[in-house]
Amino acid sequence: MRDIRVLAEPFAPADAIAALAAATPQAGGIASFTGQVRAGDDVEALELSHYAPLTLPGMQELGEQAGKRFDLLGTTLLHRIGTLRPGDPIVCVAAAACHRRSAFDAVDFCMDHLKGAAWFWKRERRDGEWRWIEPRAEDHADLARWR
Amino acid sequence: MRAVGVTILFLGPLRDVAGRQSLETNAPLDWSGLLEAVGPDVAAQLAEERVNVACRGKVLADKTALEAREGDEVALLPPVSGG
Repeated sequence: MRDIRVLAEPFAPADAIAALAAATPQAGGIASFTGQVRAGDDVEALELSHYAPLTLPGMQELGEQAGKRFDLLGTTLLHRIGTLRPGDPIVCVAAAACHRRSAFDAVDFCMDHLKGAAWFWKRERRDGEWRWIEPRAEDHADLARWR
Repeated sequence: MRAVGVTILFLGPLRDVAGRQSLETNAPLDWSGLLEAVGPDVAAQLAEERVNVACRGKVLADKTALEAREGDEVALLPPVSGG
C-alpha cells in the first residue's frame, strides 16, 4: 500500500497512520514522523510552494526506492503546500514493515529526502515580513548518509 | 500552456530575484538565450551549480545543454527547503 500525496488543505496525520495500519495487518511495526509549524517562534505563517510537474513524480519515486530498500509493506508520504499556521502539520511519513528497524530507517530515509531533495520551497512570515528559508548544511549531510 | 514561445518559470526565492513568476520568450531557447532572457541577477544565480533547470517537466542533467522548443516550459529551480 502506498499513500503518496501533495495536499493543499490541512490534514490529520493520525488518520493517515491509522489507514496505513489498517491496510497492512501483516506488518510487525509502523513508524511515523510528523513535521509541524513551530509555535511560539514569532512565526505568523509558513508558505510552501512546489513545482507540480516534478513534486509528486519525485515523491512516488522516493516511495518506491524506500519500499525496495527497506522491504516495506506500506508507505505513507504526505506533504502540504499553501499557507500554514503554527501547529499545522507540514509533512507526515509512515512506514509499515515486518520489523521495527526497517520501519524506523525508512522514515528517516524518506524525511531526509523530502527535506533535501524534493521540489518544495518554504518561506515564513515574521512581523508581517516574508523571508525565504535557506536549506541548511545539515540537510545535505543528512541526505549524504544514504548514498 | 501557450502555443507560441517558451515559458520560463521562477520557482521559490528566484521569483523575488526576478521580480516576477514567469516570463514568455521566443523559441527556440538555449542556455545562452536563457541567461540573456532572465537578466543579470537571475543569470548570476543560474551560474551556481546548486540551481537546477527543468524543461518539459524533467530536470536537466546538464542545464547548459538546454534546448527549449515552441510551447515548452522551462523551470528554474533553486535549492529546495521542504519538510
